[in-house]
Amino acid sequence: MTATIATHQDRYPPGDLAIWIFILAELAVFAIFFAAYAFARMGDVALFDHYQATLDKDAALLNSLALITGSYCVVRALAAMREDHRAASVRWLIAALGMGTLFLVVKSLEYAHHLAAGVRLSTNTFYMFYLSLTFFHFMHVIMGMVILAAVAWKAHRGGYSAREHTGMETGGVYWHMVDLVWLILFPLVYVMR
Amino acid sequence: MKYRSQAVARPYFIAAIGLFLAQIVFGVILGIQYVVGDFLFPEIPFNVARMVHTNTLIVWILMGFMGAAYYLIPEETERELYSPLLAHVMFWVFLAAAALTVAGYLIVPYARLAELTGNDILPTMGREFLEQPTITKVGIVIVALAFLFNIGMTVLKGRKTAVSLVMLIGLLGLALLFLFSFYNPTNLVLDKYYWWWVVHLWVEGVWELILGSMLAFVLIKTTGVDREVVEKWLYVIIAMALITGLVGTGHHYFWIGAPEYWQWWGSIFSALEPLPFFMMTVFAFNMVNQRRRNHPNRAAVLWALGTSVLAFIGAGVWGFLHTLAPVNFYTHGSQITAAHGHMAFFGAYVLINITMISYAMPLLNGREANSMRSQVLEMWSFWLMSVSMVFITLFLTGAGILQVFLQRFTDTPLPFMVVQEKIALFYWLRLISGLVFLGGLVVYITSFFVAARDARQGIAPVAKDAELAPVNP
Repeated sequence: MTATIATHQDRYPPGDLAIWIFILAELAVFAIFFAAYAFARMGDVALFDHYQATLDKDAALLNSLALITGSYCVVRALAAMREDHRAASVRWLIAALGMGTLFLVVKSLEYAHHLAAGVRLSTNTFYMFYLSLTFFHFMHVIMGMVILAAVAWKAHRGGYSAREHTGMETGGVYWHMVDLVWLILFPLVYVMR
Repeated sequence: MKYRSQAVARPYFIAAIGLFLAQIVFGVILGIQYVVGDFLFPEIPFNVARMVHTNTLIVWILMGFMGAAYYLIPEETERELYSPLLAHVMFWVFLAAAALTVAGYLIVPYARLAELTGNDILPTMGREFLEQPTITKVGIVIVALAFLFNIGMTVLKGRKTAVSLVMLIGLLGLALLFLFSFYNPTNLVLDKYYWWWVVHLWVEGVWELILGSMLAFVLIKTTGVDREVVEKWLYVIIAMALITGLVGTGHHYFWIGAPEYWQWWGSIFSALEPLPFFMMTVFAFNMVNQRRRNHPNRAAVLWALGTSVLAFIGAGVWGFLHTLAPVNFYTHGSQITAAHGHMAFFGAYVLINITMISYAMPLLNGREANSMRSQVLEMWSFWLMSVSMVFITLFLTGAGILQVFLQRFTDTPLPFMVVQEKIALFYWLRLISGLVFLGGLVVYITSFFVAARDARQGIAPVAKDAELAPVNP
């Protein structure tokens, strides 16, 4: 019995192998997007630097903290489930969802500000990348939250245990990817000059 | 065949192959017209032959999809089809509409056909691939609605599997997106913009779901691998196909007058469209390697593996070749496009239909597999058609590279027709490959008659107990 649990927890990579293949594919999309950004920036550094200054770095930093905290919550949720503390696990997942919601609200306020200022996809290449990249990521946050909500619901109904919680690991891994991508996107688009 | 109503798939498959033959005959006519311009003129002008070639392709693939759905859905949902009668009636409606339309193309000039069919009431004709008279389009919608109702009711009442749900979503998308063929704005940019919602979102969107579910079904049946494993692959593949394919529509918006950001979006997302196809290749080979049984229908497994490889090469690799905006700036609408179109349609949609037909037809005829002789013929036809298609693709690519260089890239560009004369050698070679392809198709059709004769003479199919023993227990 103990041996079974040990094998389960030691299994590498955690979660379903399919999600890792999916994550690799997703990271490939983002990688190409980031490379395209770098390539386009090379062509007109002045333009990129000028409009980068109009972005709200504080909001983006707040969002980074929200996502990192969200990831921490997911880690705690999983740890709780491994101890069979189901209620605590669900509470941590709800906290993670709260962090996701915070991210979406802050990002939406940013969008509202830029749209009110007349920024559109066609305004210039920098804004095209800013809007496309962050919106593509925004959609991933929503997707990650849908997955976490499904996992939380299943956990709430007793679908996971210390022995078997592959689904929760799978959902957690996806959420970490959403977090990871933002940690590249934030410095690349908001900070690096 | 586990359910009696699966038998309605049979006429769909037969008609599909009949139309396939017609498509290839017209393909050969076109191949000749490329080098002998007045061949069959004025009886069958090039534009008419081309219309027949592309329209029969679309119709027979749709026929194949419908047949596949009628075969696959009862087995997946574990119940009889909601209404076999409706399926039969719709078959004849669809076939009659297709036959009348093709006859219309061939007998009267296109403009006259438009007049006769009342195109001025709701103008939808005259656009590439959507040339069908408006009444034919209405007919297609009626057939599609009846078909979806039939399939949908069966799924609702029966067991819900990933395979049947993915197929249903694909078919639903197919029907909904076709409605854009009725939207014909006078603004040429808008017209092209939404035209791609049918053309691109079919072949690089919802059809991929249908393809994925059909491939998954045949692999589950022929390899005996756990459904759970196959379904996981299916989900990952279709998710990737949709993420890359939907925004990938942008690679058609580069030069039609749509906003410039499409050049970035189209390039980035469509650059990743090979990914789901590559996953499909890995998936198919993995499943066959992990098989728990050796299915007696080896030809079907060959077609399935062939689908996954040639779809990746045709749709994935040859698509990527000219999908980046800076490359497409030169290659747009050249023979490179034709090369990609041929290999992609063959690799993905022709082969998946044949895979399904190859798997299901023996079962519809009351045997698990055809005689070995018939299967060997099928395998010959696979190699003849696939290799000749590879050559068609390579010759057209050669022609395309030269065309792009002479006509667009060089400092002293030559006029279109001058370039066409210069690359005629490639067209001759393509024609020879096309004739070999036709030969392969004839061999394929022959295999059905050999199978029937062998069955009558009691030559047992290869299903022996030893063959059915688990190989990887």
